Amino acid sequence: MAADRVLLEVKGLKTFFPLDEGTVRAVDGADFTIERGKTLAVVGESGCGKSVTAQSILRIVPPPGRIIEGELLYHRYSNDEESFAMADVIDLATLNPKGPEIRAIRGNEIAMVFQEPMTSLSPVHTMGNQIMETIMLHQKVSKAEARERAIEMLDRVGMPRPSVTVDAYPFELSGGMRQRGMIAMALSCRPSLLIADEPTTALDVTTAAQILDLMRQLQEEMGMAIHYITHDLGVVAEIADKAVVMYLGKVVEQADVDTLYYNPLHPYTQALLRSIPRITEDRRQWLEAIKGMVPDPYNLPSGCPFHPRCLRVGPDCSHIDPPWIEAEPGHWVRCCQYDDGQCNTGRQA
Amino acid sequence: MAERQDKRLLEVSNLRKYFPIKKGFFRKTVGNVKAVDDVSFYVNEGETLGLVGESGCGKTTTGRCVLRAIEPTEGDIRFRDQRDGWVNIRELDMTELNRVRQQMQIIFQDPYSSLNPRMTLLELVGEPLVINQGMRGRALEERVAELLRSVGLRPEYLRRYPHAFSGGQRQRIGVARALALNPRFIVCDEPVSALDVSVQAQILNLLRELQGSFGLTYLFVAHDLSVVRHLADRVAVMYVGKLVEMAGTDEIYPHPLHPYTEALMSAVPRPDPRATKQRIVLEGEVADPANPPSGCYFHPRCRYAQEVCRVETPVLRELSPEHFVSCHRAEELSLTGVL
Repeated sequence: MAADRVLLEVKGLKTFFPLDEGTVRAVDGADFTIERGKTLAVVGESGCGKSVTAQSILRIVPPPGRIIEGELLYHRYSNDEESFAMADVIDLATLNPKGPEIRAIRGNEIAMVFQEPMTSLSPVHTMGNQIMETIMLHQKVSKAEARERAIEMLDRVGMPRPSVTVDAYPFELSGGMRQRGMIAMALSCRPSLLIADEPTTALDVTTAAQILDLMRQLQEEMGMAIHYITHDLGVVAEIADKAVVMYLGKVVEQADVDTLYYNPLHPYTQALLRSIPRITEDRRQWLEAIKGMVPDPYNLPSGCPFHPRCLRVGPDCSHIDPPWIEAEPGHWVRCCQYDDGQCNTGRQA
Repeated sequence: MAERQDKRLLEVSNLRKYFPIKKGFFRKTVGNVKAVDDVSFYVNEGETLGLVGESGCGKTTTGRCVLRAIEPTEGDIRFRDQRDGWVNIRELDMTELNRVRQQMQIIFQDPYSSLNPRMTLLELVGEPLVINQGMRGRALEERVAELLRSVGLRPEYLRRYPHAFSGGQRQRIGVARALALNPRFIVCDEPVSALDVSVQAQILNLLRELQGSFGLTYLFVAHDLSVVRHLADRVAVMYVGKLVEMAGTDEIYPHPLHPYTEALMSAVPRPDPRATKQRIVLEGEVADPANPPSGCYFHPRCRYAQEVCRVETPVLRELSPEHFVSCHRAEELSLTGVL
């Protein structure tokens, strides 16, 4: 990967929540890179830390959660499209979460679309006002110009009659339309990175298909990178260039989508892919379920967090923290099995 | 026809459920939300009928009307009772209904809100036994322990409260509760959609296993077509309160006859990056059941719509044996399914 393609590098990110009951290690070792103009999907089950990772990037981790360790290197490029000249690299992890630097980035260069459009939009402001707020916060434009831009954005996301819906309140719109409004708001400042946290999960299949198509089309037009968070392996296959699998706060595998589906290396990824029902498969087959359940966050297993459920567990998996290794070019995995010489595992099994 | 009837456990005909829209000071009824509008289907003994559709299409309401958990506005729900043979659920009085309903149970979608947090597993799973059979003491404990074992929970958990369990385990508790009275028929209302991917497979396998060992019949309400393909013998598709297609699983997936079924199937994201993506993206939104379009409710979004679709409401007809569809153009269209 050429260095000038990198937009965001996440290195060894750890975000913990110190609570009365104990420390929740929500993100406990996340490593991945997002390239300019590409889509990276983060897959995992609930509680795996995929949303907290995104919140860490934007520095909106709810208290008492904090980033304990790690770097979030955001590469800012100059506007000169020809040269891709890199202007500077900012470590988002070191910024003051309430300071002016992150506020200039948040919503402007890195924007976010949330899962529940109803709970994340203000019910007492019109769609237009909420989009205009973002525009006027980051750009020196008059109210009339901002409104003009809001209508234009609504038009681009396929909102019907944008000059009317700009004055609509969220409750007057359907779920799919609200999500379009959210996307319009996120894209109103032409971000270089769009973080989408399960944007289609609350929607029906046919509406979700519309939103997925829309995001792909907007990416082509506007060229932003997308950090797509989901639990749906079907959506990942459709939208992503590269994917990352998370389990209990750790990124366990990173690869391009085709490799991840056809040559998964981590036992969790393999098990996950086998356990999902597929519409193309004949009925009445037993699913290969993953045994056990996701452990309690206060009481994580030692060593590799997946070892109690792993089919290929070896004698060392319960006490060695598996390293993050590049097993094949561009294919990273966090599993002892692929680490030569270090641990004695069930490789033969 | 007589032979067909023998296999059947449940027959629903012309089921309607209208929710009145009330307005103004006198709460005058100004219109109706036609949540379920003239729906007819049947379920054979020992099989699973998948009832699919998008949110608001009336699939959950249909499931609840069958149990009379919601009082239907119109229609017949005929159930083959173990003692009396065919009975019409809608005409039963409360005593009779309570008796028949012991054979019909429901598993709810959300395992977090459907279990009372102040009751132990013994109370939760044992409640139907106490109420209907007056069971108590040792016998009750033994029966509950047995039920917990059958859904893969440890009987030692008897005195614990639901908060101590994960989503998948809670759903197992819900299943154990539904099984308590040895039902023959269970309405599964989106039983896995609130669960994580790795746990979904466990619950789906459990439901299949129980179906085999107890000879259960399921009405499986779901929006996920992949899940339904795995579990259902037959599939019924609903759109804005109406049944648009019903056929065997092996028939409907490769050969859908209704354009909505076709679009619904093509919209499901495939977990395969190499799959060819020729998706039919439907224009517009699901119609408002309080103010549905004229003719076929699907015509404003249908890419095959013609003049007749705008004017005439199609009826559900049996185009080939056991394959029902309500589309004017079903014969002439050749639609793409999934193989």
